[in-house]
Amino acid sequence: MLGVDEIIQTVRMIQEENLDIRTITMGISLQDCADANPDALCEKVFGKVTGLAGRLVEVGNQIEREYGIPIVNKRIAVTPVSLIVGETGAGGCLALARTLDGAAAAVGVNFIGGFSALVHKGFTRGDRELIASIPEALAATERVCASVNVATTKAGINMDAVRLMGAIIKETAVRTADRDAIGCAKLVVFANAPEDNPFMAGAFHGVGEPECVINVGVSGPGVVKNAVARLPDADLGTLAEEIKKTAFKVTRMGELVGRETAKRLGVPFGIVDLSLAPTPAVGDSVAEIIEALGVEACGAPGTTAALALLNDAVKKGGAMASSHVGGLSGAFIPVSEDAGMIRAVAAGALSLDKLEAMTAVCSVGIDMVALPGDTPAETIAALIADEITIGVVNHKTTAVRLIPVPGKKAGEFVEFGGLLGRTPIMAVNRFGAAGFVRRGGRIPAPISSLNN
Amino acid sequence: MSGTNRIIVTVIGADRVGIIAGVARVLADNNVNILDISQTILQEFLVMIMVADMRGSKVDLGTLKGRLSEKGRELGVRIDAQHEDAFTYMHRI
Repeated sequence: MLGVDEIIQTVRMIQEENLDIRTITMGISLQDCADANPDALCEKVFGKVTGLAGRLVEVGNQIEREYGIPIVNKRIAVTPVSLIVGETGAGGCLALARTLDGAAAAVGVNFIGGFSALVHKGFTRGDRELIASIPEALAATERVCASVNVATTKAGINMDAVRLMGAIIKETAVRTADRDAIGCAKLVVFANAPEDNPFMAGAFHGVGEPECVINVGVSGPGVVKNAVARLPDADLGTLAEEIKKTAFKVTRMGELVGRETAKRLGVPFGIVDLSLAPTPAVGDSVAEIIEALGVEACGAPGTTAALALLNDAVKKGGAMASSHVGGLSGAFIPVSEDAGMIRAVAAGALSLDKLEAMTAVCSVGIDMVALPGDTPAETIAALIADEITIGVVNHKTTAVRLIPVPGKKAGEFVEFGGLLGRTPIMAVNRFGAAGFVRRGGRIPAPISSLNN
Repeated sequence: MSGTNRIIVTVIGADRVGIIAGVARVLADNNVNILDISQTILQEFLVMIMVADMRGSKVDLGTLKGRLSEKGRELGVRIDAQHEDAFTYMHRI
């Protein structure tokens, strides 16, 4: 029998502390849709996506009502599109982007991920055509998200791809300049991209995945922050223990919702991504957890240590709660989507350099950071290279989502709206690395890759 | 769901006469059987928890939740209903 205190705890976590299931993402394989004829390709893709995901939103809403747990997003991830565009050329890529956008709209999801290419060791023709079409595809669609994996620990870093992505990000910014470069918020550059990540904008359905699968991303920064705040005098070992217990409970919810969704849709359940994903809402911030641990402002000395403690405790607690854990798993630190991070940047506590250091110990990387519009493409590429290197050398996923906002300078604010939030533009080191970036080639895999 | 039709109704708010009667009336009208009631006063707030069985009910949980929260507005308290699994799964391995 459940205790009164347990029931009250659950209700409080949901009603006051913003506990939610951040996303249910249906992964759909499009490998059997490949076709040299663009029209036939698009027709097959539209049919398959709308066929499999037709009931996703309805079932998600049903479960949300029954369990009383908000499910914030229902989304779709598909096979990296560069694998199926084949001979269709750039025109085919664009037509496919529009098709994916239309299919997402038809089934009522807000994002569809997988306009992606994996080029860590080199480009195929399809990869090149897909990447070249990204700026126009992101400008012409509402719901499509793109990602490019440019490095792995086993392959090293494709610096030609890194350089290219610097230019693609700039061009995407220009194409969506009228909306504060929002296209860049839908474009992620990865190292060691996971194939089962349910979180946008980097979600795609990897080639090792089944035909169709349900992956779930949980969240709960508010719950963790309150757990920490209730123990103002506890030592760090005690706090780690408390965070672990909380993460366990939060993840159990994800497991329940994921399994139930998969069962009702008649598809396999994939993974729970054990994450602390913030939202712009007050009280739903990873930065505020760091501050609750005793760091005056996120970005101050101590931040990296506090974040590492948090990240590890979340994984330890979550790992027992779910049999299948995957995705990115850990604390997310997107700047524009986290009220505490925004405050820290505006106060001058958090710089780009510190942010990079923080990414060595948590999920993702330099995420949702707005830069001055005049930041050169080579500097963006160099920022990507640094961040990607952290992932490659440390056997982890890292990613970059940078937004050089045309016409805006450091300190000015940009507004993306909704879950993408708002943020001050961060200053970039005025010294560049164009010579380094222009060399191109591939940075060899680190020796730590020889671990068999 | 794990086969059961049990729900947990929670009522949180300032204590006053008629809260239990009001909630019980809504449940009875919808043919939902109350299995257990417990209540406690927490920081001056009434916290009441009911375990109920929806097996005989013709309405779905979404509809019932709507009717309960309407009654809650009338009584000046917050009434919510969730499937039992949401609680057991979180706290029991």
